[in-house]
Amino acid sequence: MKQEWPLWEVFIRGQHGLSHRHVGSLHATDAEHAIQNARDVYTRRKEGVSIWVVPAADITASSPDDKGSLYDPADDKVYRHPTFFDIPDDVGAM
Amino acid sequence: MYAQMIKSEATQDDPEKLAAFQARIDAGDKIEPKDWMPAGYRKTLIRQIGQHAHSEIVGQLPEGNWITRAPTLERKAILLAKVQDEAGHGLYLYCAAETLGVSRDKLTEMLLDGRMKYSSIFSYPTLTWADMGAVGWLVDGAAIMNQVPLQRTSYGPYARSMVRICKEESFHQRQGFDIMMKMANGTEAQKRMAQDALNRFWYPSLMMFGPSDAESVHSEQSMRWRIKMNGNDELRQKFVDQTVPQAEYLGLTIPDETLAWNEEKGGYDFAQPDWSEFFDVLKGNGPCSVERIEARQKAWDDGAWVREARLAHAAKKQAAKVAAE
Repeated sequence: MKQEWPLWEVFIRGQHGLSHRHVGSLHATDAEHAIQNARDVYTRRKEGVSIWVVPAADITASSPDDKGSLYDPADDKVYRHPTFFDIPDDVGAM
Repeated sequence: MYAQMIKSEATQDDPEKLAAFQARIDAGDKIEPKDWMPAGYRKTLIRQIGQHAHSEIVGQLPEGNWITRAPTLERKAILLAKVQDEAGHGLYLYCAAETLGVSRDKLTEMLLDGRMKYSSIFSYPTLTWADMGAVGWLVDGAAIMNQVPLQRTSYGPYARSMVRICKEESFHQRQGFDIMMKMANGTEAQKRMAQDALNRFWYPSLMMFGPSDAESVHSEQSMRWRIKMNGNDELRQKFVDQTVPQAEYLGLTIPDETLAWNEEKGGYDFAQPDWSEFFDVLKGNGPCSVERIEARQKAWDDGAWVREARLAHAAKKQAAKVAAE
């Protein structure tokens, strides 16, 4: 038998109140095994309070070639940023 | 370094795409796995990250040699944690290499059949407990010199694994220096062991940076691609300048009679290692080269049933789950 263990992507919540963040990947045979391995590989120094593992094959990613067109709609809407509006100093903090 | 003499691949891609790619790198962009990249960039990186990963894994062997014989329970626990970190570093790097389209098994296979290398430093034996000090202090110290700038390398997954590694590497160097301090301030016999360890590891540590850039034909391309950040001589000089005062603090003597401070260049003049020895070790003729690959081959063979059993167990659990639904 010459089959590799599937690849999993690992996400870790660093502290209570923060969102999970991608930290890397690893090989494991199932989800439980992936959690155990993630504990050993990515949290040897108490880097996390919660671990998510996701089969890498199940992740759908946007294509890098779409970089332009996918985000185009945001290009001409600078008014979405608060700094677009000039508020006189006299008004105070806003 | 952990990746030495990395041959960069000539690239025969569309000149327009190449120019756009180089412009991204020059602008400080990170290249991510799904981005277009020249075939040569991909191949060179697989070789470099793979060799780096192999070095972390093979690098566990000289230190693993002393886990059962560490002088105290605390030293044993620390060394065990350090060796476990090296395994972790290997895993971060293998995953980074895999994002380039090479499989983990393929990388292992290429290490075992000699197509891929590991750092020359790990072909040297660790004869006494003081060697654990020298390895942490000098070998990890030299590795840090190279790995800190690599945190800014152009390939995203490689840069990110370097960030994780650098966070952990400083513990390694300090635990080594701590062992050296204990030995250097110990009995006469302990001091002799510390000096002997420094004598044996000094030149192999200098070799880690690779031969002079003047002789390295591949440095230029790799530097343009930002997968090599500094010249070999530059890093070697930095390492010597940092290490000499530390040896003085320990009361140990660097085994180099020509070593002298050069006011003009603001650094030490020092003797080059024997480069013919380096090339010989890299070819697989180091004192422990055969033993190292044999140990990796044995681990791979002995682990085969575990790899297969875990897969079989996962398949069985999955089948039971489907049947229950």
